[in-house]
Order: sequence, then structure tokens, then C-alpha cells
Amino acid sequence: MAQERLVQLLTPEGERVEDPEYSIEISTEELKALYRDLVMVRRFDVEATALQRQGELGLWAQSLGQEAAQVGSGRALEQGDYAFPTYREHGVAWCKGVDPVQLLGMFRGVNHGGWDPNENGFQLYTIVIGAQTLHATGYAMGLMRDKSDRAVIAYFGDGASSQGDVNEAFVFASVFQAPVVFFCQNNQWAISQPIEGQTRVPLYRRASGFGFPGIRVDGNDVLAVLAVTREALAKVRRGEGPTFIEAFTYRMGAHTTSDDPSRYRLASDLEVWKLKDPIERVKVHLARTGQADSVFFAEVNAQAEEMAATLRAKIIGMPDPDPDEMFAHVYAEPHAPLAREREEFKNYLASFVDQP
Amino acid sequence: MAEQQFRLPDVGEGLTEAEILRWYVKAGDEVTLNQMICEIETAKAAVELPSPYVGTVTALLVNAGETVAVGTPIISIESLTSAGSGTGASPEAPPIQDTELPKTRTAVLVGYGVKEDNQGPRRHRRGVAPVEEVPSVVVERHDGPVVAKPPVRKLARDLGVDLRRIRNTGGPVSRGDVLAAAEKRPEVELSPAISYDAAREERLPIKGVIREMAKAMTASAFSAPHVSVWIKVDVTRTLKLVQKLRTESMFNGVRVSPLLIVAAAFIKAVSEFPKINATWDEATQEIIIRGYVNLGIAAATPRGLLVPVIHEADSMSLPKLGSALMSLVDTAREGRTLPEEMKHGTITITNIGVLGVDGGTPILPPGQGGILAVGQITDTAWVHKGKIKIRPVCELTLSFDHRMIDGELGSRVVARVAQLLNDPRELLATE
Repeated sequence: MAQERLVQLLTPEGERVEDPEYSIEISTEELKALYRDLVMVRRFDVEATALQRQGELGLWAQSLGQEAAQVGSGRALEQGDYAFPTYREHGVAWCKGVDPVQLLGMFRGVNHGGWDPNENGFQLYTIVIGAQTLHATGYAMGLMRDKSDRAVIAYFGDGASSQGDVNEAFVFASVFQAPVVFFCQNNQWAISQPIEGQTRVPLYRRASGFGFPGIRVDGNDVLAVLAVTREALAKVRRGEGPTFIEAFTYRMGAHTTSDDPSRYRLASDLEVWKLKDPIERVKVHLARTGQADSVFFAEVNAQAEEMAATLRAKIIGMPDPDPDEMFAHVYAEPHAPLAREREEFKNYLASFVDQP
Repeated sequence: MAEQQFRLPDVGEGLTEAEILRWYVKAGDEVTLNQMICEIETAKAAVELPSPYVGTVTALLVNAGETVAVGTPIISIESLTSAGSGTGASPEAPPIQDTELPKTRTAVLVGYGVKEDNQGPRRHRRGVAPVEEVPSVVVERHDGPVVAKPPVRKLARDLGVDLRRIRNTGGPVSRGDVLAAAEKRPEVELSPAISYDAAREERLPIKGVIREMAKAMTASAFSAPHVSVWIKVDVTRTLKLVQKLRTESMFNGVRVSPLLIVAAAFIKAVSEFPKINATWDEATQEIIIRGYVNLGIAAATPRGLLVPVIHEADSMSLPKLGSALMSLVDTAREGRTLPEEMKHGTITITNIGVLGVDGGTPILPPGQGGILAVGQITDTAWVHKGKIKIRPVCELTLSFDHRMIDGELGSRVVARVAQLLNDPRELLATE
């Protein structure tokens, strides 16, 4: 069997390479900004993992190893584009300007998603596997009716590709030529189920059966992901319908902090993927081409450490929410029964006294 | 400077405890923020815990190998700076010690709540007298949600029946359950027909042979699926053979019993069907087929059940087997059987006939493929050569490990033993 086509513009060794279809013009400043994003996102993820292990978060889904897929696609989005994430798109959230502290509020159990989706065009995290692809498709179909030129991107994983919801989303998006990009991070593992247990054909090839193009990109190559996602978004804006992007990557961490991957996968696999690290290759490229020096790298690291320390302090100091808040967000407009319930609940809570 | 205690967090979702596998630090060590300090194992995963504090370890509060509840302090650290004020922390960020959870509260971020005994003082409601729980009807109380359809719930409420007090039969609570519960009178449960008198009971410690028996039988009964097959056999010729052998010089000093002939027949059958002489090795996922027969003989002794073993029984002549059998049984009855003499059996005979019973369903000694129970020999009305005759008849029961031995093999073995006892000439032919 011929080797599957994989779009790559920056090799794991940090070499720029050409692709017959995709290319990217990128300035030194842009590349350094991407590097900074990657480092910040990883540092954020590492700190969140530590906070969970210290009892400060109830759960954390690590994005370790998937930074390029998330930052590359996140930076391809324009202002006004709308992202529908899973619960692991911390890098996309970062690019969309969602405050990491708000993101962690959900994992601390303080709220059910503490950010306004419309503020940054970043939907709340969806825990139900694959459900957000339908929401994204519906939203995209709404944009068509608004005659908007904004685009939608739906994130999901290799495991979700087997879900009915995702396949239904493909059907609707294809039939209606909805302006939605399906961005699948194939991180090789659906919790403990390897990709071989998910599909017998490369995932991106599934798209052709639904009637739209699919492309596989090196998910650990931030430049290739950026180029491929930009092109897919441009097509969407031109009214040419959806694209399926399979970002071929690897989940370097556990599925979540409740999971222990050593029970089902070999440490040697991880070692292979460490050589394809998404951040290291950008660093090597910047250094080798003389676009950045150790001063720059140290500065980025210091920035990341500062962000982590601030984040830690804010998370630990995060106040419990006012129970009254739960009445604030369910209905668009207040109404009498709601007001009554709100009052009843307030009185109920006030009926308690703390034991001395 | 402040001494901080790090409490075991819930690293999974709703876990209640964890075992400290190993410590990476010891008292006196300096630790940095997020430095891995130990590895713990929960019901879900083995994970490392990073230090939330910067400072010097003053004490490890839990030893490696111990399992402790979530919320238990595991390490104390004399901390120079709180965790929140690492490099460049925002000045308005509160220091960690101010925001530590109150000692009486276990945070439940996700999952299934904390254990009852982990909960701090409950908040009491003001102005509401604690309600005495008066059982309206019957029985035991069940925790957790009760499954019942809305009309049934309404019926229960109308009749004053507490759904949680209905004895649950497994499925949803039905109308009938509610009506039955409503009809019951409280006095029904007040007249328990239970009587006991500790003075007339004897309590024996579980130890020694009984303990070993219990261990072995429990291990065997609940790991090897047992199947038993049985057959009745006319042992007239076997008894004649016993009489004959007793007069032979070769058997001088040897107690010749029907059991000896049964043993010889069983050994021969096992040699012909070696797959019964096997062990299921769960660890290696292999079946070990033994090329030798170590015959266990279950013996009732004053100490309890013992199963001494005749090693390499298949290589013994009949007189030698008889002699081995005799000394083994005598040793066992005198209570002198050594533990080594009960090891490495591959297949066993239990002579329950001496106890006056016909058959049973023996449990395999752990690791063995088969066990043959020999019933008593009784004069029975038996069809012999087309006529009803009184013949000495014995019942044989073979239990075997059905993981590796199917009904066909088990049946063939026990049928072969019966055939040899019916006509034991073949046993002598090999002499």
C-alpha cells in the first residue's frame, strides 16, 4: 500500500520542506509568536495537571503533545469565526483569547464553563463525545441564512469519529454545503482504545464518502496545520463546503488525570512520538536559521513561568460561586415562576445556621 | 515561614483512598514547587504527586505501603513561600494558607461525594425541630434512589408509605409492593421468632487443618468449574480378586482392600487418558499435563481431612501400591502425616464408602484435574446375565475441572474405572 499523504512543512528535525499543494509565507515575528503560543499552552497544561494532582482541580484533560494541532488551527481562525471545542482544546481557547483562569473554573467545579461563548467565538467545552459537531453544523447553517462570511470549526477526536452525531453532522454539512471545517485531532487513542480499533481506513478518507474533501496533516507541525486550516476556512468562506482535516498527532499524556495509560500502551510508543515533539522542531528551526537566540527562548520561558504562577494563585484563590447565580443564566428573560423559585431557594439557604 | 500540610487529594473522580507506593523525598529535603514528592496508587491509576509548596520537608506523615483516606495529611513542609507566590505571582493573589480548605471540609469537586465519616459538622436548619423518624411501615431502609414510576410514587404518598422502606426485590417498586407495605402492621416486625442461647453454643476457632481445608476448598470450588459424573458397577469380581490376593505370598504383610483395586483401576484409567491428569495454570495460561501419577488419598483423620499423596503411583506394582497405601493411611490416621507428604498430588481418590454413603460430589484438591469418590459396596438387586441377582454394587463419582476436561473425557475415565472393577483381569495382566 502506498504511504498515506501527509502534509508537512516543518520536519521533526526543524527543516522546512515543500508540499505540492500547501505553502506558507511566514515572517520571523509570526513564527516567534507561534513558538510563544506553543510554549505558553504547554506550560498552562503542565500547571493545570499539577493543580489537579494537588487537589485544586477535580479533573484535567491534558493537551500535552497536541499543541501544534491546536495552536496551528486556532491561529488560522479569524475574528468572528466560531470554534466548537471538545474538552481538550486548551490551545484553541488560548488563541481565541479565553482567560485560562476561566477555563480552569470549570475543572475546579466552580462553574459549568465560565466564559461567554460569544465574546471570543469559543463555545463552552462539550463533554458529550462528538455532540459539538452537530452544534457546529447547525450554527454554520444558521450563518448561511444570515449570509455571513464567518466560518465555523468543529473539533473532535479519533474516538468521536465513530459517533453517530459526528456522522450525522457530516451528512448535514455536506448536503447543505455548510461553512464548517471538521478538525479531527487523531491523537491515536480514544481513552484506551487505539486507532486500529476505530477505523480500517485512514480517518481523512472517510470524508469522501460523505462528499467533501479530507486531508491528513502532520498535527505536530504548526506551520502545516496553519496552512491547511487556513485553506479550508477560505474554501468555507467561498461557499465551497466543508473540509475534513485529520491532524495526525499523539496524546502524550493520559486521557484525563483519572486515567493511567501505562496500563494499556507501551512506553516505547511515547518515546517515538517524543522525537516528533511539536515545540522542539520550531525551536530548532528558529535557532538554526538564526531567527531567534537563547535570550528569546529564556524570555518566553520566563513569561510562561509567570503565567503559571499567576494562574496558580488565581485558581487557589478562586471563590465559590454564589448559589443565586444558577438562576441567572438559564432563561434569557426573567419571569415570575423563576423569581418565585429564586426567592424560595434564597430563604431555604438562609434557614441554615453554622454549627459553632 | 509556616508549616504546611499537604492532604491526600482525590486524583481521580470520586476516589476515597489511595496507597502511598513510594516517597521520593525524606524529612530534611528541600522541595520546589511541583517537584514530584511521591507516587500513589488509587483504584484507577498509579500517579505521582507534585509538591504544592516550596520549602523543607519536616515529616512524612504516612509510610510507603500504607493506604489512607482522601483528605489525610501525608507530608508536612516548612514553607518559605506559599505555592501561590512563585516567580512573578500577581500581588493581589492571596497566599495559599489563607485559602486552604477548612480542616473540617472535604472538597467534592466532581464524583460521588465524600465518605460519611469524612464530613464535618453538618449545618443545622434554624427553627426546625429535628424530626423523629417514625417508621410508618415495615422493614429495612435502603440508601440511594428508589426506582418507582410516578403513579406508584403518588400511591405511596397517599398511603403514607415510605418507598425507601419497602423491601426491594431488585426491580422497580410496584403498586403491589406499596399496597402490601401499607397493609403490614408494625407489630408484625415486633414479634420476631428468633431464639438463641449463647450458653448452648460452642464457638471453635478456625485454624489448623480446618483452616487449610477451608482455604483449599474455597479456592478450588470458586476457580475450577466442577462437573461430576457417576456410574454404578458390579464389583463381584473385584471382591473375588481381593480374596484371592490376600492368600498370595506376594501380598504378605499387605492389607489388600477393595480400595487397592480401585486405586489400581483409577491409575490405569488415568494413564490411558492422561489429559485428566492435568493442572490449569492460570498465571501462564497453560494446561500442564502430568506424565506421572501422584495419587492423593483423602483420609478422614482425628485432625480432620488430610490428603496424603503416593508419588509415582503409576510406576508401582500392585503389591507395592498396596503397601504404600497401607502405610499412608496408617500414618494419616495416627495424625503423623507431614505437610510435604500432602503436596504435589495430581489426582485423588476419596473413599467415602467407608462412611456408609453411596456417592457425593467431591471438590477437587486445588490444582488437580480430577477426584474420584468411591461409594460403599452394597448388596443390590442387579440384572446379571438377564436375571435379577443380588450382587455387590458400588457407585463411583468423578468430579473434574471443566475448564480443561470436557464431559466426554470425564465420562470415559469413570466408565473405564468401572469397567476395570467389573472385570479386573486386565489389572493383573500388567503385573
